[in-house]
Amino acid sequence: MKYLPLVLAGLLRKKPRTLLTLLSVAAAFALFGMLDAVRVAFTAPETATGIDRLIVSSRLSLTQTLPSSYLARIASVPGVAGVAHADWFGGIYQDPKNFFPNIAVSDNYLTLHPEYELPPAQQQAFLKTRTGAIVGAALAERFGWRLGDKIPLQGALYPNKDGTDRWLLDLVGIYRVGDAQLRGLERQLLFRYAYFDEGRTLGEGTVGWFTVRVADPRQADRVAQAIDRQFANSAFETTARSERDFQRSFAQQIGDIGLIVTAIMAAVFFTLLLLTGNTMAQAIRERIPELAVLKTIGFSNRAVLLLVMAESVTLLVLGGLAGLVMARLALPVISEATSGQLDVVMATRSWLLGGVLMVAIGLIVGLPPALKAMRLRIVDALAGR
Amino acid sequence: MDVPAPTPIGEPLVMIRGVSKVYTRGRERLEVLHGVDLDIPAGDFLALMGPSGSGKSTLLNMIAGLDVPSAGTLHVAGQRIDRLSETALARWRAANVGFVFQFYNLLPALSAQRNVELPLLLTRLSAARRRRNAAIALRLVGLADRAGHKPAELSGGQQQRVAIARAIVSDPTLLVCDEPTGDLDRHSAEEVLALLQRLNREHGKTMIMVTHDPKAAEFAKRVLHLDKGVLVEASEAPASGP
Repeated sequence: MKYLPLVLAGLLRKKPRTLLTLLSVAAAFALFGMLDAVRVAFTAPETATGIDRLIVSSRLSLTQTLPSSYLARIASVPGVAGVAHADWFGGIYQDPKNFFPNIAVSDNYLTLHPEYELPPAQQQAFLKTRTGAIVGAALAERFGWRLGDKIPLQGALYPNKDGTDRWLLDLVGIYRVGDAQLRGLERQLLFRYAYFDEGRTLGEGTVGWFTVRVADPRQADRVAQAIDRQFANSAFETTARSERDFQRSFAQQIGDIGLIVTAIMAAVFFTLLLLTGNTMAQAIRERIPELAVLKTIGFSNRAVLLLVMAESVTLLVLGGLAGLVMARLALPVISEATSGQLDVVMATRSWLLGGVLMVAIGLIVGLPPALKAMRLRIVDALAGR
Repeated sequence: MDVPAPTPIGEPLVMIRGVSKVYTRGRERLEVLHGVDLDIPAGDFLALMGPSGSGKSTLLNMIAGLDVPSAGTLHVAGQRIDRLSETALARWRAANVGFVFQFYNLLPALSAQRNVELPLLLTRLSAARRRRNAAIALRLVGLADRAGHKPAELSGGQQQRVAIARAIVSDPTLLVCDEPTGDLDRHSAEEVLALLQRLNREHGKTMIMVTHDPKAAEFAKRVLHLDKGVLVEASEAPASGP
């Protein structure tokens, strides 16, 4: 600790340069914190135990549908308290740029998803209107929709039996989502499966996935296995899992998220290595006479080596911690912006891995200038040779 | 060439026998010192003078344990230092030598107080004790009221006085000064030299000073001249100094 002022003095010698380097390190570690949280969210194994809602989808792929007749068989599995189903419609509103999730849902969908807060009168209107649709408040605000509006969707995946790809929906309800973590659900449109299934020319009598409510969350894993056993060796085998796991698989369709994130982080840290390595080398080069003075007054070669290494590690740790704190503060915002679908938090593992990376990078970038400082000959250094 | 016999004042603190220094640059062999013999008694204030390239800084560096001779022996305070390893020499310097450089060589980001404390970091003194000793050293050089100032906030003369405080804070056996007034105006130079003289006279510090300046040399008790690597002349400075 007694050498700390000396270490800080080295860092504060050129304040603007140190500040800019700290910002670079902080930015890199903020990115690391966020990306690692995403990676953990998409790669950490998860069981269904303790979760009261399961998603049952095709074991082959999320793009494969399941027969709607499975509903009764799933409902008969012991431990199942309710079943609803849904289908990704993938419709376009006016322009492909206006993307938002639009899903055809069974009539009991809202019963199993109490997070959608819809006034009872609007719920009734939804169930009574064949072409009824409900949207989240955020989506309604985005397009300026009001109750009673007609919403034309272009069925990009599903043409209509009337010979067009046009699906006309009646806006009968606007829901809110109280839980801030799930607020992104307000950017969805839900409409009735009955209207969808009657009108489509492809895949009639099939659904995208089932939502299952489990009577006892402690038995969720057992129930999931029982459901999958029910359809084992059939033409449409299933996989039952937690909603979070399901969302993760949904995102994994764009590629191996873990690998993508790791590749980005590797590139970021490689750049950081070059940047801070160059800064440290320059900083030490400028301070050769000062280091020579330290050696002159009795600091050993080893002490000078450790001093430079400590400076480098301190720089990385200060910047890195600031970056991780920034990531920690940003993640809830990201989570909220994605309606909780990207429900990422900084795990202890990310903090620990971040700490290890800070020290490791600090040692790597500090070693070459530290060796140079250690080997400098006092007489030559003082003479400016 | 006759080497002038040193004038003993007390027991020799520094004993140099047959010291030579040879530098090799590629195929070129450059002998900077040729078999120098010299005794420096404790309490001496010696000025080493000579033209550039005469070997005076090389001799000073060897006495201070910053460089090792190519031949000959070097004893300081009874210890032979020309055979010490680099690590042992660093330890020896920390315990025995205080340094004053031409360009002060203070650490710009540290306050005067922290700069003076630097050599004490190598001791086992507590933080409070280090602070106290540094404060005493600063008081001794007349800069107690500048303890919190950074080097850039001090004049050249004040910076050199801080450097002197740093040199004496660990109470070294020997004080070596390499052109301590080379970067100062006449007035500041005289202040610094008077301070060195006072440390020698009142506190018994043994001092070796390399200088080009005959006026600076007048503050020493003895003046030795080097030319082309050999001691050529010795002279006594005025008994009372300037």
